[in-house]
Amino acid sequence: MALNSEVRKAIAEGSKRIIIDGVMGQRYIGSAAKAKDLYVAIKGTPGNDLGAFLDGPTIEVFGNAQDMTGNTMSSGRIVVHGNAWDVTGLSLRGGRILVRGSSGFRVGIHMKEFGKERPAIVIGGTTGDYLGEYMAGGNILVLGEGVPEGESPVGSFIGTGIHGGSIYVRGKVEKHQLGMGASISDLGAEDVKLLDELITDFENAFNVKVERDWSKFTKIKPLSSRPFTGRFDSTAIWN
Amino acid sequence: MSEGDQTAKRKDPESIYRNVIHEKFKPSIDRNLCIKCKRCVKECSFGALEWDDDGIRYKGNCVACQRCVATCPVKAIDIVHLPTQYPPHASYTERVRQAITAQATSGGVLLSSCGTDMPYGMIFDDLILDSAQVTNPSIDPLREEVETRTYVGRRTGKITLSSDGYITGSEATSPIVAMDMPLMIGHISLGAVSYNTQLALLQAAKNLHILAGSGEGGLHSDFFPFAENVIGEVASGRFGVTADYLQRTAAVEIKIGQGAKPGVGGHLPGEKVTELISSSRRIPLGTDALSPYPHHDIYSIEDLQQLIAALKESTEHRVPVGVKIAAVHNVGAIASGVVRAGADFITLDGFRGGTGSSPRVIRDHAGLPIEVATAVVDKRLTAEGLRNRITLIAGGSIRSSADMIKVIALGADVASVCTSALIAMGCQVCQSCHRGVCAWGITTQRPDLVSRLDPAIGAARVTRLYTAWNEELKEVLGAMGIDAVESLVGNRDRLRYFGPNPKIAEVMGVKHVGEGWG
Repeated sequence: MALNSEVRKAIAEGSKRIIIDGVMGQRYIGSAAKAKDLYVAIKGTPGNDLGAFLDGPTIEVFGNAQDMTGNTMSSGRIVVHGNAWDVTGLSLRGGRILVRGSSGFRVGIHMKEFGKERPAIVIGGTTGDYLGEYMAGGNILVLGEGVPEGESPVGSFIGTGIHGGSIYVRGKVEKHQLGMGASISDLGAEDVKLLDELITDFENAFNVKVERDWSKFTKIKPLSSRPFTGRFDSTAIWN
Repeated sequence: MSEGDQTAKRKDPESIYRNVIHEKFKPSIDRNLCIKCKRCVKECSFGALEWDDDGIRYKGNCVACQRCVATCPVKAIDIVHLPTQYPPHASYTERVRQAITAQATSGGVLLSSCGTDMPYGMIFDDLILDSAQVTNPSIDPLREEVETRTYVGRRTGKITLSSDGYITGSEATSPIVAMDMPLMIGHISLGAVSYNTQLALLQAAKNLHILAGSGEGGLHSDFFPFAENVIGEVASGRFGVTADYLQRTAAVEIKIGQGAKPGVGGHLPGEKVTELISSSRRIPLGTDALSPYPHHDIYSIEDLQQLIAALKESTEHRVPVGVKIAAVHNVGAIASGVVRAGADFITLDGFRGGTGSSPRVIRDHAGLPIEVATAVVDKRLTAEGLRNRITLIAGGSIRSSADMIKVIALGADVASVCTSALIAMGCQVCQSCHRGVCAWGITTQRPDLVSRLDPAIGAARVTRLYTAWNEELKEVLGAMGIDAVESLVGNRDRLRYFGPNPKIAEVMGVKHVGEGWG
């Protein structure tokens, strides 16, 4: 926390470029930071809740990130050159999280969108179970780099309770991997445009090339934006 | 069977089963007084009344909300209890049979709202207050100061002493918020209630110099001027929880549970997600606003500690960060963990607490009465040496100043109220909030209904109500010979139990009537 108060102090003093070296698990770095033109570089391994409630700045991690990266983030950008562990982008409301490597369980849970605020998460490698659970908006893209042909880069219960937004996976996704309320659909022209933009951003962020064979991409979307209509009975009953 | 009967049977063969769910109430209109102005037809948002050529006709679906009664210019309407009788049965009550019939028809999860109406006894009504006589003289609150100022936050401070032992200074070591009375307006979200309702509640809180909860729907930008009176909620849906929001609250509260639906998430149906609600919750228009059952970043006390710390960091340690938990069986141990996780205050919500929508089975059958939960938590935290770290807020069926006083004596620092504030603005507790058509303009987003509540009048009525409660609190404190409400907190010796089950008194640490000081 001492580190984060140093960061806060630097932001308050008007710093626009902050470089933190030798980070070893310090939590909450950059939480609720707001300046849109602020850039924070982290060398080492930041701890949990990196960029929680972030609203504008860019955070770049030259290493791995831990749990809850970008927790309840409103806008801005988090770029992780290594892996990001569990619950990346919980309740993401806007902005973008790019992870060069893989992420763990529960990525992009309950992401939302409103008007032009459409958050996105791009994961270069694989993710665990419960990808996009409760998803209400925005886009998740899992590129599955390094995953052998015929294996799936994502786990089970994908999009359980999804009622908005889309999940895109490059690689195999079987129906049994889907959670309640999720369905597989074909890519449309709009999807390809979006994917191309996300992949370009990813390529530029990490200086890599990603193959664009759209036949390898699977789109997962909600069956309904009102998944629980008809589940309830409002009959008035009194004593 | 007549031809008509046969046609009806073919069209809707199950109607006979549905028809046994009886209407419970009916507006009775005095035809001699009625001036046929049709006002009642317009006022009934449940569609129970219609104009039929030359008179008002009852269509069914009355919830006894009294709106037609209150607005009839000639007072021609009474709501009557319908006499229809089920064959009497003590186990298969009307309620039980109606629920079975409804579910056999719909196959759905029964919804309800407000606090449970199950006839569990109210423990508050079994508690009797002490008064001062002879040896500890009473105080006249009209002529002597009786302090009701209350603080929310971590109860730690630092005093400085001179070399000869005199106190030369004191300061709080954690952020703390002062309120003029030991009462706050609980969390009612914009979405569950209308814009005008939330505006009225926040204005009342400002008038009273107390806090009011934002609920889990974020804070509309129009309400930013009330920042000093708002406890901003962070619920599992994280609706409207932005960096700006966290800057515009006097305190932040992580909602883990709600008394009316412990362990259950929120579900604001798409019908209520209007343009206003979608913009304050930052979700698309008309989609269901779902709050997950757990927070997906909290699976342990350690995780909770982390979110508390993240919020403290994000608010630069300017405001207290608390945790709201539903009163459940193991609440003492849970509260202990919450304090150890770093909470500055704990809000306990009893099982009779209100809701804008909850599965009936949870509302009616899960949780713990707030009276017991408050006493158990206060005792547990005191025994573990943790009680002085936090402010304990207790809510969920605080119906009167007497309940407020009793819950404080049982161990709370602050009583949290909701339903009484809504009743002050017209609510008749008809338990139909989840239908979204509140005739009093409270739990609705329909513009024509929302406009029925004048926020200025609502705020004035809520302000008067709690001003009166605070005066009653002073009366009682004076009668007990106590000159500051802080001295009543956890003072269970000033209560006696006068109810059917002395075991409850034992659990709460309250003596039975007739037992003296020792």
